[in-house]
Amino acid sequence: MEKNIPYIQVEDITKAFGKVIANNNVNLTVYGGEIHSLLGENGAGKSTLVNMLSGVYTPDSGSIYIHGKKINFTSPKDAINSGIGMIYQHFKLVDNMSAEENMIIGQNTGIFVNKKKIRNKLFDICSKYGIDIDLKKKICNMSVGEKQIVEILKVLYRGADILILDEPTTVFTPQEAEKLFNIMFKMKENGCAIIFISHKMDEVMKVSDRITILRKGETIETVNKYETSPEKLAELMVGKQVNLSIKRSKIDMGEEIIKVNNLTVKNEEAIEVIKGVTFNIHRGEVLGIAGIAGSGQKEICEAITGIQAIEQGEIIFQGENIVGKTPREIIKKGVSMSFVPEDRLGMGLVGAMDMVDNLLLKSYHNEKGVLLNKKPTAKRAKEIKENLSILTPDIHYPIKNLSGGNIQKILLGRELDSNPNLLIMAYPVRGLDINTCYTIYNLIDDERKKGVAILYIGEDLDALMQLCDRILVICDGKITGELKASEATKEKIGLLMGGKSEEREESSVV
Amino acid sequence: MIRISSIVFALLLVAIFIALLGLNPMGVYSSMLKGAFGSAYSIRETIIKAIPLAITALGISVAFKMQFWNIGGEGQIIMGAFLSSYFALRFPELNSFLLLSIMALAGIIGGAIWAYIPAILKCKYGTNETIVTLMMNYIALKFITYLQYGPWKDPNAQGFPKISNFSENAILPDVFGINIGWIITIVLIIFMYIFMNYTKKGYEIAVLGESEKTALYAGINIKSTIVISMLLSGGLCGLAGMIQASAVSNTLSVQVSGGIGYTAIIVAWLSNLSSPLILMVSILFAALLEGGSFIQTAFGIPESVASIIQASILFFVLGSEFFIKYKLVKNNTSTLKEVA
Repeated sequence: MEKNIPYIQVEDITKAFGKVIANNNVNLTVYGGEIHSLLGENGAGKSTLVNMLSGVYTPDSGSIYIHGKKINFTSPKDAINSGIGMIYQHFKLVDNMSAEENMIIGQNTGIFVNKKKIRNKLFDICSKYGIDIDLKKKICNMSVGEKQIVEILKVLYRGADILILDEPTTVFTPQEAEKLFNIMFKMKENGCAIIFISHKMDEVMKVSDRITILRKGETIETVNKYETSPEKLAELMVGKQVNLSIKRSKIDMGEEIIKVNNLTVKNEEAIEVIKGVTFNIHRGEVLGIAGIAGSGQKEICEAITGIQAIEQGEIIFQGENIVGKTPREIIKKGVSMSFVPEDRLGMGLVGAMDMVDNLLLKSYHNEKGVLLNKKPTAKRAKEIKENLSILTPDIHYPIKNLSGGNIQKILLGRELDSNPNLLIMAYPVRGLDINTCYTIYNLIDDERKKGVAILYIGEDLDALMQLCDRILVICDGKITGELKASEATKEKIGLLMGGKSEEREESSVV
Repeated sequence: MIRISSIVFALLLVAIFIALLGLNPMGVYSSMLKGAFGSAYSIRETIIKAIPLAITALGISVAFKMQFWNIGGEGQIIMGAFLSSYFALRFPELNSFLLLSIMALAGIIGGAIWAYIPAILKCKYGTNETIVTLMMNYIALKFITYLQYGPWKDPNAQGFPKISNFSENAILPDVFGINIGWIITIVLIIFMYIFMNYTKKGYEIAVLGESEKTALYAGINIKSTIVISMLLSGGLCGLAGMIQASAVSNTLSVQVSGGIGYTAIIVAWLSNLSSPLILMVSILFAALLEGGSFIQTAFGIPESVASIIQASILFFVLGSEFFIKYKLVKNNTSTLKEVA
């Protein structure tokens, strides 16, 4: 390990956006041959920091040294030239080109492309870092895991020796994450420096050598992995002690609330996206659905709530088939859905509107007459703001300007407020920090105690196993397995997510 | 701030242009102002021009709020004018109050029908409303041309292609020297303000405009919302057409809309689709038009010069919108980024 000159040295960097100070005198030192994790709650300033390293933002004050040389990035291109490769959460690849072609675009300055030379170089890189990928495959036919590898290959091809990964594993199966980690370890052996941002504590503990904790825009501490523990890290992140176990109340399951029978759904292109899915949920039960993003989770939610047309099958809600009913009729029966899409505002909330108008969305049609009375809702908005400690300057502030966690709390607050019989929650903790996650897990547990049936679609398998009673695994629109949470392991779920089917135990489908 | 400086820039640029023509810019500007607001007469004329602008802009803003790009204000005005003219010409002897009421209703229905067609096409077949509404403008225009030169040609006009004038009974009365349209406008402004901000339908339109997915999720009936708001949108435009035909031209002609349907799009956009602002912006726009035509006669400059002055001011104001919007977005992403 080359310890003399750090690959990256950040000294007293400060960056403010308007009145908000996102980074305040932040210090960070990363050596070659090191995986360095950045850990912090939402808004702690991790993204701001790496965006300054990758040239997206310029710091207000302070200095950055790369390989001991002071630099001043004015654009991402400068950063790439200095050997910094950033992998974003959203891939920047051309879908209908092959992996190889994606390497080339934006690179060559001449008219002709020497494909052979490029291919040889790529093969060299692949064998050096143990990357296994079909370069001829088109991006649109790749899984997210493969796309990520193409991204990494791209930055390596451009000669990066510093890699920044911003929450790379959010949508991965455990096996895909494992693959990524292996590449990271290989890079480390080859002397690269890697900055790794993740919310998943176990991943951070697994891959990093050192961990820097940020809180409210300031560097709190840099610790060696071997000298710390997840509890210690969480405490440093939040600033107070946190309990990392999910509360699961023991309650007796009640009667069956919903039964979905042989559900088949076609998407707009008339392709079957759900293929004969069957499951049921009881009162006081949390049924989890695990699967790679885009395996049909969204369609299941939308089919139950009446948004998605159903090709075949039935959905029995409290003894009544609700297939063909309008979304409003289904809402009135007490089905509530909070779906948090990747962009957070896609469905369920209106970004340009304030909190009051957003709370009205599900209830306004219950008011009598043609006029709207916003006063009671304004009162409720204040209550929800208090109960869930939503940070907003005012309840009349457009919600799109709030941070993601607060937007999600508003959505959940509204859905819980409607006292549902069936609560569908898709990715409710997506991108949230630890503290908020546990607030939301506790809220889910409270609903369970009230006898609500809950369908929980999540990404974090650890949380899924702790929170749910049963877990369904879907892959490509089919249920590949159903596990009791007590018997589930990450490996089992991961294999099922990848499509390896398992005989469903007859006993578990009651 | 940006808006104001953009107007200042426009005025400066136009001043250079006027000076190049050998005229005194300050003189031209002051007489434009005088032409728009200088006398009781010119104020009346400005307001008369503002009336159809404001009503049409109200109509268009309903559709725009829903992100339904109704470019068909022009056609809806014409069809409103047409249907009300039908009754005006058919029953000239009817009691004035009754006839005007029928005409107003006919105007609303005429415009609404013309707006209903693109709405239903969009709901049923997913057609692009921008193109359909735009094309329907030409159908309406050519239809009136046909009437004017064909079946409705006034036999007493000695071969001149014009439709005969309305009877006294079919002309809107004046209040304080201006046709009663101004009272209608104020009533409509208040009505639309309440409709958009304090009714369920107005709320549904706003939600639908922001996100169709969210509207669906909230159980809003998307098709009926599109149809209802387009009926309202077209109805308002049609009413503007009726007022134009009855009070201003006293007959139906191809010039009845005279581009109001397009200008009103700009008015609606500049007003940020808010009713009270529409009133103000319409008056300012009308003043620009009125002042422009005044300097033609006052300075003996050609009509095209007056148009250039108007257009430059418009260009700058609309151009500044880009900077206002651009800055907004930029701030948004950066705040989101850092908070997230």
